[in-house]
Amino acid sequence: MKPDLARKLAILSDAAKYDASCASSGTERRDSRKGGLGSTEGSGICHAYTPDGRCISLLKILMTNFCIFDCAYCVNRVSSNVERARFSVEEVVSLTLEFYRRNYIEGLFLSSGIIRSPDHTMADMVRIAKTLREEHGFKGYIHLKTIPDASPELIDEAGLYADRLSINIELPQDESIRALAPEKRPETIRTAMARVRGAREASRETSHTGKRPARFAPAGQSTQMIVGADGASDATILNTSARLYASYGLKRVYYSAFSPIPDSSAMLPLVKPPLIREHRLYQADWLMRFYGFEAEEIASATPDGMLDLGVDPKLGWALAHREDFPVDVNRASREQLLRVPGFGTKTVDRILSARRHRTLEWDDLVRIGASMTKARPFVSLPGWSPGGLTDADNLRARFAPPPQQLSLF
Amino acid sequence: MHRVVLPETGTMDVWRDAARRLASHDVPPSEIEWVVGEADQGLFDAQPLPAGEGRALKVPRAFLDLADRAILHRDPASPGLLYQALMRLQDQPHLLADEADPLVRKLEVLRKSVRRDIHKMRAFVRFRELPGDGLRRRFAAWFEPEHRIVEANAGFFCRRFADMDWAIHTPDLSALWQDGALSFAPGAPRPDLPDDAAEALWATYFANIFNPARIKLDSMRQHMPRKYWKNMPETAQIPAMLAGAEARVDGMRAAAATVAPTRAAAITDGYRAAMPQAPQVIETLDDARAGCQLCTRCDLCRNATQAVFGEGLPDARLMIVGEQPGDQEDLAGRPFVGRAGQVLDGAMQAAGIDRGRTWITNAVKHFKFTPRGKRRLHQTPNGDEVQACKWWLGLERGFVQPQLTVALGGTAALALTGRKDAMIRRRGRMEETAEGPVLISWHPSYILRLPDAGAAKAARAELIEDLRLARSVVAG
Repeated sequence: MKPDLARKLAILSDAAKYDASCASSGTERRDSRKGGLGSTEGSGICHAYTPDGRCISLLKILMTNFCIFDCAYCVNRVSSNVERARFSVEEVVSLTLEFYRRNYIEGLFLSSGIIRSPDHTMADMVRIAKTLREEHGFKGYIHLKTIPDASPELIDEAGLYADRLSINIELPQDESIRALAPEKRPETIRTAMARVRGAREASRETSHTGKRPARFAPAGQSTQMIVGADGASDATILNTSARLYASYGLKRVYYSAFSPIPDSSAMLPLVKPPLIREHRLYQADWLMRFYGFEAEEIASATPDGMLDLGVDPKLGWALAHREDFPVDVNRASREQLLRVPGFGTKTVDRILSARRHRTLEWDDLVRIGASMTKARPFVSLPGWSPGGLTDADNLRARFAPPPQQLSLF
Repeated sequence: MHRVVLPETGTMDVWRDAARRLASHDVPPSEIEWVVGEADQGLFDAQPLPAGEGRALKVPRAFLDLADRAILHRDPASPGLLYQALMRLQDQPHLLADEADPLVRKLEVLRKSVRRDIHKMRAFVRFRELPGDGLRRRFAAWFEPEHRIVEANAGFFCRRFADMDWAIHTPDLSALWQDGALSFAPGAPRPDLPDDAAEALWATYFANIFNPARIKLDSMRQHMPRKYWKNMPETAQIPAMLAGAEARVDGMRAAAATVAPTRAAAITDGYRAAMPQAPQVIETLDDARAGCQLCTRCDLCRNATQAVFGEGLPDARLMIVGEQPGDQEDLAGRPFVGRAGQVLDGAMQAAGIDRGRTWITNAVKHFKFTPRGKRRLHQTPNGDEVQACKWWLGLERGFVQPQLTVALGGTAALALTGRKDAMIRRRGRMEETAEGPVLISWHPSYILRLPDAGAAKAARAELIEDLRLARSVVAG
């Protein structure tokens, strides 16, 4: 392979790393027994992990890092002096297929800086996906980062080849988008998401003639917002997420702690990325999607709208709502059990299934996989009652990591 | 004592036949020795399996799925544990639903471990290309699984890499795929695979996709345990990546902001100038529509997708005003296209009104809602929001100049007349305003929400009656 390809790959993967998503799950089942290359079987596969703890499932690259936009948080903004490069269609196609054949990846996650115009850029990205699918019979996973200002017809076409489309909301508040990404418009971003939702719904409806319409982004759409680049509180962020999930049927909202970039903008001073905050937001997001929590409930556990960094948000909520505990494990409803710290969704399913056959005791719950050190103050069962522990003043301190000892000066 | 020797491949089938025979004769688990792979003699002379089928056995489908995976575990106890479960299932058909049972839990742990190993093999096998001049490209890999999963996992690689020949060698078994046919060969020591140029590019990718500002080693080790590293070429770089990370981040922080390239300002100025702007002066209905799209007069614009301006005939004699866009209208950017729109269309048709000859809009242009899981629940706009949006409604009425405006529901009535009185007394009547007469009727969503079918039917008839009246007024 040509050495300049390696250089381009270095530049254009370095520039792509700020997109958190690498998911390859949730699409339709396909395989190559009748021709072509590749398969997707529902669950995603992470082929490697880098020391930042993130998985590599897809070849995540930019088509180009030339960009006419000037988003302050982005390494590729027009006013930055980073080294620029551009892949040809053939180079992206060949890298994807050769990596795939060696089982390095599940597929391609293609994003791009905006060159010439949003339409021009989006058309090139669609051409890459189309070439992979139609000329090479590629059955692996394709994720296309959609450019919201591109024409709706290009978004419609992208959905025919991609498993997932994503459009980044970028920042949790409209005002921040207008201030930090002046070429982007929040209403355009949302309209593009609405377009994807509409196209997906239409693709699942069988017409009156019984003909099934063409598939459209079977793995759905996702988005990403940067945490810590503006002053938004966690409550604001979670409300924005809840709204996006409800409005556009998003599969995921990704949170990306604002992290230092080469050649940063004077508008955004570099900070240490708020990784714990990002982690807590993911946990809170999980509570909204799988545990029946509303955004307001999670954020209302603290007065300033910021999640407690010392304990996870479910424990934080339970500590602020002790009147709802202890919960009788053998009688409580599914909804109540899901609120118990230390009980995951699988644990709750197992509890509901097992208690039809026996009265559950402490050891049973340990076997079932419950984290009883966490659940202790919040449950009652034969042989165990938390007594005063539920309301103990120092309960939070028992869970939170001890404060770091100050060193003598 | 019975002794059953299970083969390395086809383990499940042999276990199932033997277990069925033994259990049908009620042989207790303590009298069976299960051995995998080796055929040498045990301590005792083993009895042959009981002859013939004994009593009929029943197991749920879930047990077969469990056994199919747990039998692949390297723990020598797993065939015996499965046999215990098989025996107990004859008296306790729902045994598997009880994960608090120690045996069930043990088997679940075995299954989980096998599943994970299968998954990690799919993830961490690394092929290298072999030289060849045939039509099909050839690849080979060396992998060291924890359990006896090669046979069970081969199908995945066949489905994925159907168009190339490949071999996956492991210490116990090799899976070979050639010209579309799968075969197995005994295990062998690690083969010497030729270098593959793609590995250097893969290493480049691995090193560059890594963000040095966020080190999370525990997370990496949890998902990619060290035992797999030796067969994954990219992991060789991890020490160097870590060693350089801190200096790279410090460098980014220390670097002063650079001067933007001279072309940058011209590019952004050009792009920004071409972006939609709110018109300075609103002189036409189209100006009003463009201005409305960028409206931030109240906070509703932050949550809705887009402003939904009115549509129809710009000089319509009849204007119809609803409350606000709903879920479907918000997505489509057009008024009355959802369920309420269907009710309105039906009523207009019944009243003999052509929708295309009217101007249809809403009192509030952005959708107000509260998120509930995957749905959006409508919220009634408050007085301030109605007030803020009257600006646009007023422009629409000013440009369209309808002879009559129909207010559907309380919010539209408030916006058009400034009065909030109970709808029950106002419905079906004309009210005079400075901007012209307003006829008040039910909102189609109100009709949809009425729980009583009879009441809904009556309300729908009243809406039609009101629209007929409206038609006669503008036709006169």
